[in-house]
Amino acid sequence: MSIKTYATAIRDVIAEEMRRDERVFIMGEDIETLGGVFGCTRDLYKEFGTERVRNTPISEAGIVGAGVGAACAGMRPIVELMYMDFTFVAMDQLLNQAAKTRYVFGGKARIPLVIRGQQGIGRGNAATHSQSVETIFMHIPGLKVACPSTGADAAGLLRAAIRDDNPVIFFEHKALYPLKFEVPDDPDFIIPFGRADVKREGKDVTIVANLLYVSRALQAAAELEKEGISAEVIDPRTLVPLDIETIVNSVKKTGRLVVVHEAHRTAGWGAEIAAEITERVFPYLDAAPIRLGAKACPLPFNLGLENAATPQVEDIIKASKATLYK
Amino acid sequence: MISKERKRWIYETMNRIRYFELKVQSLFEQDKLRGSVHLYVGEEAVAATLCSLLRDEDYITSTHRGHGHCIAKGARMDKAMAELMGKATGYCKGRSGSMHIADFTKGNLGANAIVGGGIPIATGAALAAKLRGTDQVAVSFFGDGASNQGTFHESLNLAGVWKLPVIYVCENNGFGISVPTWQSTSVGDISVRGTGYNIPGFTVDGNDVYAIYEVAEQAIIRAKAGEGPTLIECKTYRHLGHWTGDPQPYRTREEVEKWKQENDPIRRMRERMLQEGDFTPEELDEIERAAIQEADDAAEFALNSPEPDPATLMEDVFYEGVQ
Ligand SMILES: Cc1ncc(C[n+]2csc(CCOP(=O)(O)OP(=O)(O)O)c2C)c(N)n1
Repeated sequence: MSIKTYATAIRDVIAEEMRRDERVFIMGEDIETLGGVFGCTRDLYKEFGTERVRNTPISEAGIVGAGVGAACAGMRPIVELMYMDFTFVAMDQLLNQAAKTRYVFGGKARIPLVIRGQQGIGRGNAATHSQSVETIFMHIPGLKVACPSTGADAAGLLRAAIRDDNPVIFFEHKALYPLKFEVPDDPDFIIPFGRADVKREGKDVTIVANLLYVSRALQAAAELEKEGISAEVIDPRTLVPLDIETIVNSVKKTGRLVVVHEAHRTAGWGAEIAAEITERVFPYLDAAPIRLGAKACPLPFNLGLENAATPQVEDIIKASKATLYK
Repeated sequence: MISKERKRWIYETMNRIRYFELKVQSLFEQDKLRGSVHLYVGEEAVAATLCSLLRDEDYITSTHRGHGHCIAKGARMDKAMAELMGKATGYCKGRSGSMHIADFTKGNLGANAIVGGGIPIATGAALAAKLRGTDQVAVSFFGDGASNQGTFHESLNLAGVWKLPVIYVCENNGFGISVPTWQSTSVGDISVRGTGYNIPGFTVDGNDVYAIYEVAEQAIIRAKAGEGPTLIECKTYRHLGHWTGDPQPYRTREEVEKWKQENDPIRRMRERMLQEGDFTPEELDEIERAAIQEADDAAEFALNSPEPDPATLMEDVFYEGVQ
């Protein structure tokens, strides 16, 4: 085990995978001398050269599409997008091309492509630089979706993503980058996709959260415990594939479900989980599942407004109690 | 020939932009202002000269580096500064910060935090002018980096086909964040890209008001005469980092100093104005002093302004009135 920041954990996995497999390369804006604006590719060009650590023009549709093409042609590209908000600029290449190529060609193509970058609140970057957009990619069949909430998850899931023969959209969180975590040193440490992590066991209510909201859910659980309420906290880690079984088993035990995320609440991924749980284990439910997510407004610049737009720890506590009719 | 009054306006505007930006930088360093802030210092000649040719009813679209365009298109410094601090008195009620300021009453259709995002919007504004049969023109400001986005190419083609009254103004400051233009852009002069779309393209010294003025004036005449779009590339330089706190590993201190010392657009304009003899040094000093005062007052206004009320969060997601 080493203690590393989330950003360094990501950087180290990219370097190790590039050493292990010469088909792996990375391209993105400012990733060379600047090391990416969040430092996830710092100094990589010194070891691997600027052919394999490529600065690109500001052309998201172009570079994502070039990633699809390079993957079809046998390479294993990683495309860094500075802000996942910019996936919107490349949407056709992501949703119509990357996601569908294998299927429409009757299974002939393999697309070992990783699109990664950060998203989320915390710095008051306003409407087009603070969004959480993972739900949108969960909706389109053909893409895998990963959302690591710790340094170890970032390392284990990113390694799985790079070795996966499918397109993976890998969502990092800007507020997690500077935080330190224990990360395994094993260069083959992998967290397989589709395995949720039970962050904390409990018996009264199940709280499902991802990315930044895992730590907020854990804070809420700690507060609830003081009032004698035992919350189980689950991080699905990957939304596609989704480990619904772990959540099902938890809700069978607790009878209550709160899903909290930073993505907009309306038609957010929490709605999908709440619906799945309701369909599968309705008889076990003691209360209607509750979803918390960002309000249905663009994220404002002002930090007070940003807080007002997104769920706070108190909201998670309140929702959990509501499922217990308290 | 630039009239005396216009020269005064351009010089004044360049100074207002410069001192606004320096004030923003100092407030940022004192932790009184935060967020993604991209300063325009060194590039003032472009916004000031272009906007000196526009009326309130003419449109612009701007970029993440938008304060200069915003001020040149008639924004008040105090409301702009308040917006940069996220205050309720700002242009956009504290929701925009630096990167989304707009003032539709002055034809400013907005800064744009998405690189290349504003170029089609200016194209559409020009289409509106054409459909309505007015003599309005639209100017889109964007960087050399943005000229690699699909939006640039699609817009030039549309405007070329439809002969729209739009002027594409590429502010080539040599970099897109850390990436030098030569590394990201397949041509040396971005103006040659006009050829592919049958649009006249010009490259000018973007730190020389007179050079910019000459091509901009022609472009506006063309636009108003229904002859269609023009692409103008202004070669310039940003004196400061891409963002406040940028370590700038991609260029040397000497390079930056050289531009500052030898090619400052404001100093060049001042020298030219004095040389031509229609202004005294005292008059120009006074213009500078007034700009400094205005920036100080703007900061004071912004610092003393209230935070937005969280109860307003859900306002304006949709227009709630009736037509
Ligand atoms: C679509 C998109 N991609 C990337 C970014 C991040 N970004 C912000 S400014 C910038 C550089 C822009 O360069 P240029 O267009 O030359 O303008 P300059 O900053 O030099 O004025 C980048 C890459 C963004 N805001 N939007």
